[in-house]
Amino acid sequence: MTVVTTPTFENGPGAPTSVLRTHRWWPVALAVLAVAIMSITRILSGTDDLTSSGTFGAGLRTAAPIALAGLSGLIAERSGTINIGLEGMMVMGTIFAGWWGWEYGPWAALLGGIVGGMLGGLVMSLATTTFGVNHIVAGVAINILAPGIARFMASELFVGAQGGSVTSSPGNSGKMGSFTVPFLSGGDLFGWTTPDVLGWLEDRGWFLVADTAALAKGLTTGVSWDVVITIGLFFAVAYLLWHTPIGLRLRSSGERPSAADSLGVSVHRIRYLGMALSGAFAGLGGAVLVLAANRYQENQVAGRGFLGLATMIFGNWMPLGTAAGAGLFGYAQGITLRANPGDLVNALMLAAAIALAVVTVWMLVERRWQVTAWMVVFTAVTFWAFFAASEPNNQLVFVTPYVVTLLAVSIGAQRLRPPAETGIPWFKGMQ
Amino acid sequence: MVRRVARALIGPGIAAVAAMAISSIALLIAGSNPIDAFQAMWQSIDSTESVVIIINKAVPFYIAGVAVAVGFKMNLFNIGSNGQFILAALIAGWAGAEVSLPAPLHVAFIFLVAIAVGGAWALIAAVLNVTRNVNVVISTIMLNYIAIGLVAFLLSEYLANDENAGLVAQTKPIPPSGQLPSLNRLVELVGFDFAPGVELYGFLPFAVLLGVAYHVLLNRSRFGYDLRLSGINPEAARSAGVNPKRMVLITLFLSGAIAGMIGLPYLIADPNFLKYGDAFPTTIGFTGLGLALLGNNSPIGIAAAALVWSTIERATQTLGPLGIPPEIGRILQGSFLLVAVIVYEVIRRRNAAAAVAAAAAATAAIRPGDPGVPAGAPA
Repeated sequence: MTVVTTPTFENGPGAPTSVLRTHRWWPVALAVLAVAIMSITRILSGTDDLTSSGTFGAGLRTAAPIALAGLSGLIAERSGTINIGLEGMMVMGTIFAGWWGWEYGPWAALLGGIVGGMLGGLVMSLATTTFGVNHIVAGVAINILAPGIARFMASELFVGAQGGSVTSSPGNSGKMGSFTVPFLSGGDLFGWTTPDVLGWLEDRGWFLVADTAALAKGLTTGVSWDVVITIGLFFAVAYLLWHTPIGLRLRSSGERPSAADSLGVSVHRIRYLGMALSGAFAGLGGAVLVLAANRYQENQVAGRGFLGLATMIFGNWMPLGTAAGAGLFGYAQGITLRANPGDLVNALMLAAAIALAVVTVWMLVERRWQVTAWMVVFTAVTFWAFFAASEPNNQLVFVTPYVVTLLAVSIGAQRLRPPAETGIPWFKGMQ
Repeated sequence: MVRRVARALIGPGIAAVAAMAISSIALLIAGSNPIDAFQAMWQSIDSTESVVIIINKAVPFYIAGVAVAVGFKMNLFNIGSNGQFILAALIAGWAGAEVSLPAPLHVAFIFLVAIAVGGAWALIAAVLNVTRNVNVVISTIMLNYIAIGLVAFLLSEYLANDENAGLVAQTKPIPPSGQLPSLNRLVELVGFDFAPGVELYGFLPFAVLLGVAYHVLLNRSRFGYDLRLSGINPEAARSAGVNPKRMVLITLFLSGAIAGMIGLPYLIADPNFLKYGDAFPTTIGFTGLGLALLGNNSPIGIAAAALVWSTIERATQTLGPLGIPPEIGRILQGSFLLVAVIVYEVIRRRNAAAAVAAAAAATAAIRPGDPGVPAGAPA
């Protein structure tokens, strides 16, 4: 393929070295910086809801399906398959989750999502791994096939049922429980309501402290079990990929399949495994959507699969980066569900402008003149948008993740490193 | 010639049989008789009216397929053709209703706007690829969604018809000078009469022209040769003096420009639309991806694929009252596409292996000592 990004290694030729970026505490520093910017914005604009625990909680809810899609793309690409079809696998997840959730309850919905998505993943792997079809081509085919299957199944399963139609399932039987951490956020412990420490801190409104407490409270209060599972999966995948033999095989199938093969790894079997897991995660993401809406709805996925791919690239094919990207985009989507989305969107514009200003200064310090010039322009435009917008348009929020990803890959494409041979069909005997 | 046609039909034939088998299984699971279903489908397309509707519907599909096939030919995946299409349709629809020009100029103006907008939107991805090394698949996907937001924003804030503000957001209808007349008169000239109400829309000749232009460009021009070579072997293309960056820029612009025209059959030739609004079909670009794959990127193949696609849509519309789920059409289309891409790949690999084997056999016949071969050369 002529357009494949040529990988440039970290600290490789041409890559400017930075103390900040190589230090292991770099993600933590970045997180603190982000919360600080949000805190300043909250105080400047007076929109307390910008960093309230409720907003963070809503953001977590909207981030979960995106995060799972990102994780799906991550494990597929790590094992050597570019999974454009994960959007379709999410659709398969939603229809199965809607079906089993209606018949057997919310936990069955999760299982259904996994089964539906995994079916999609295996079918795609049949095309890409066994037959060597171009991965983009196979993904496009899956994305066209899956909504068709979903619609057919919906017409067979839901039409005629009470409250069901070809575009919607009758609704899940029962709701999934949620979980609040005791002592931190006032969860119950054996029937005793523990003190809500984080909530108390949040109410003080101190700079940075209140916002951090609100963030922690948002992530630990009333978290639905499916979201808890999502968070757990990130740790599980990170452990699987970098601390187990099977993970090494998965990664080597994406980096250098012929080398893996020479050491006795069955590359095809591993790529099937990667796609089965990838499909399962994507389908689970669909199930999380079904649980959030409490029913299957047609077009429920609405591009979240592609958004997940974006978070994976944004996160440089790493679980932590993917989670951060999903959190960011989920938050941006989550605020549109709050009581006064207009104010929040406006405040978010201010936060984005401040963040861009910070990045501008940073690029200046790193003497990357061209990037600095671009960043000055973007910062100016964002500030202008903040001051000019009398009535912010929700479309601005809708496009934000995509613009951010486009900017991130444009500015950081030299630094991003996809698995070396992902997307290239491989057969035994190939170099 | 006959052999060539037969060989070209093997792949789609296998895929069609497989798709019908898969759909039959789905129908059996759903408790319907597949034979009844296929019979009903045949009956519903077996009329002049149906054929005209199928052709009308296939025209935008065809353009969508050709749009992405240009890029596919050099392994350049313009997944964002849908974004280019809707943005171009909105702006061309708005601009076409704003100006007043004499008829041929008016139509040409709308064409130009659509081509320019679609091409420009695709060019963003091309420039990012060439200057910043951004993967085209990624950037076009992102630009798809940015286009969706931009279209909704522009339509609701600036471009909607003020006269029905508050009702539905849509542009003003394009005036008659910007419309293409239906082809009924032409068809009557060759002695064929349509039933009243049946109308063959006027965009069809342009679609045919596009197909011819695509064929000539691809198979009869230097650019087409470079394009195909870049797709088959980028390294060889580079050594042959093809500038890969220039190829990416031109090809993506072309792809986007054609994608910009996907909406035109609705805007200037279909009296039910003539404007961009909520009812406008907004996913044809995605369908085009499948059609280019199904048609194996050839002008005739895509035309056949577009016709098959719209035939299935038409055929399954009337199944509902018979107790057969009309959604079977989606399964038929999707499984046809998936099996087709697999079969094409298998055939391609077999042909490539056969070519390698033939070349090996030819070289094995030459031995050291033969005229023109040095004595010490390896056999």
